[in-house]
Amino acid sequence: MTALTVIEAGPAMTLQDMGRPGWMAQGLSRGGAADLLALAEGAALLGQGTDCAALEMAGAGGMFETSAPLRIALTGAPMQAACDGQPLRWNASHSLPAGARVQIGGARDGVYGYLHVGGGFDGPVVMGARSAHLAGGVGRVVLRGDTLPLCPDPGGPLGLGLEVPPRGQGGEIRMLRGIQTDRFSDEMLERFQATSFRRSTRANRQGVALESDGPGFTAAGQLDVVSEVIVPGDIQMTGDGLPYVLLPECQTTGGYPRIGTVLPCDLPRVAQAGPGRILRFRLVTRDEADAAQTRHTAHLAALPRLAAPLLRRPEDIADLLSYQLIGGVVSATEEEGER
Amino acid sequence: MDIQTAYPHLRPLGLDGLLISFGAAMSDAANRAALAFRNDLARDPIAGVLETSPTLISVYIRFDPVALPLDRLADLIRTRLAARDWLQADLPDGRRLWQVPTVYGGPLAPQLDAAADAAGLSAKDAVEELSSQRLRVLTIGFAPGQPYLGTLAPHWDLPRQTGLTPQVPPGALVLAIRQMVLFTNGSPTGWQHVGQTGFRNFDPSGDPVIALQPGDEMQFIPGTESDLTRSPQPMALP
Repeated sequence: MTALTVIEAGPAMTLQDMGRPGWMAQGLSRGGAADLLALAEGAALLGQGTDCAALEMAGAGGMFETSAPLRIALTGAPMQAACDGQPLRWNASHSLPAGARVQIGGARDGVYGYLHVGGGFDGPVVMGARSAHLAGGVGRVVLRGDTLPLCPDPGGPLGLGLEVPPRGQGGEIRMLRGIQTDRFSDEMLERFQATSFRRSTRANRQGVALESDGPGFTAAGQLDVVSEVIVPGDIQMTGDGLPYVLLPECQTTGGYPRIGTVLPCDLPRVAQAGPGRILRFRLVTRDEADAAQTRHTAHLAALPRLAAPLLRRPEDIADLLSYQLIGGVVSATEEEGER
Repeated sequence: MDIQTAYPHLRPLGLDGLLISFGAAMSDAANRAALAFRNDLARDPIAGVLETSPTLISVYIRFDPVALPLDRLADLIRTRLAARDWLQADLPDGRRLWQVPTVYGGPLAPQLDAAADAAGLSAKDAVEELSSQRLRVLTIGFAPGQPYLGTLAPHWDLPRQTGLTPQVPPGALVLAIRQMVLFTNGSPTGWQHVGQTGFRNFDPSGDPVIALQPGDEMQFIPGTESDLTRSPQPMALP
């Protein structure tokens, strides 16, 4: 059995996949990777399905030892990474020999980094998925000393890279009106959209708290809201009048009023915004949201095509002669068109 | 999509969600309507609907907006809503009764006295009343398998506490706003901790992983700490 042994572990590492949809009626939110785009990018770099489980590393990675030759990919928040002292490029796939030690440091930008392996991580499938859902009581964090079994790798490309715009820096986040938006006055909604919010240090896979100067945001009849369904992306106004954006591991119902819901395609940038980063919100129409989602879906579908052979920078390659290039089939014109 | 103001009404919830509400506030009829309408969607699924979930007074639908645009889904839902008066719906079939040993008050459930006092009862009368009635699982939510139970008499309309209890353990029976909640996981809460059970709402490796279903009934029978290890067997309700 191929495995990855955890020699050192960052504070909050879990196995994550696309989550387990279908349990909301029983009180379990979907969960899954905080940055689903990073999951898709890793799958594209390894030429495999997005259903493969990856190791999600919040804030910092750790040190890992391979038991056999291995294909890996690194995506999400860029972290300092090296294999036996040789730097490993982020947003790229790599080949590792047996007994190699991979060191992954703190996030340089963003929060959640992902270590993918060819074939995906194995582990018990609970309620249809391998991902940990800590808030729901499914699975646990990955700890030093753990041996993580891997699924058999059917093989695939290596040495691919993706050009990924940074998404740990905050910026404008698009939102739709939600079920309680009309409990907020027009003036309040205007002020909300004109406010620059700082990402607070209170954040985890359940949600991200935001801070701002000036008065908070309150809804009419704030305290008599009937508990209703919550979905990831909902922007909840808690008692202090400050927004809390819910993420994949949120509870399934809640009684705080919600000013709107972040578009799924913008949610990775909320999850990845590092502490202190500035986020602003903009209400969009249904049509604009649908168009954005269509573009996002097309981008996800195009990722395998966009994963291109790495430019072989000599300093990245320990031994040029043994370098394998089994890249995906990418025509030169296509490549140029997409850069 | 036009938003109706009369009930049942339809509201989008995020890019891929639609919420159908049967009232503005919790009521027995709206709760029964939500359960019945959700069961109808489960029996006769709509292509493009990915998931449905009943809440206290609503049904949430998650759908694939590419395969099934919101407007078309809303039309299909309105047609189904018009087919009958959902507020007159019966409770679902296959309901069960769970009688759960419970320690009321004392160090295991330290807020019984305060809750009884707020309801204008002695602790003894409060236990008598709370343990003699069967409460219905109105919905399951917040955490896996976690039931919202009701509805208690009006004197139990206790506000949520403004200062949260930092932590109640799994199996805690807490009370506020004429409802009780039986906690799945340890959690902070603004509700009053009046009883403690050993009931497991959720066992990820069990079959089924979640014991309760909306519409089931629960009765919390007074017991001692040693009774908490007994796992109750459900009885079919007529």
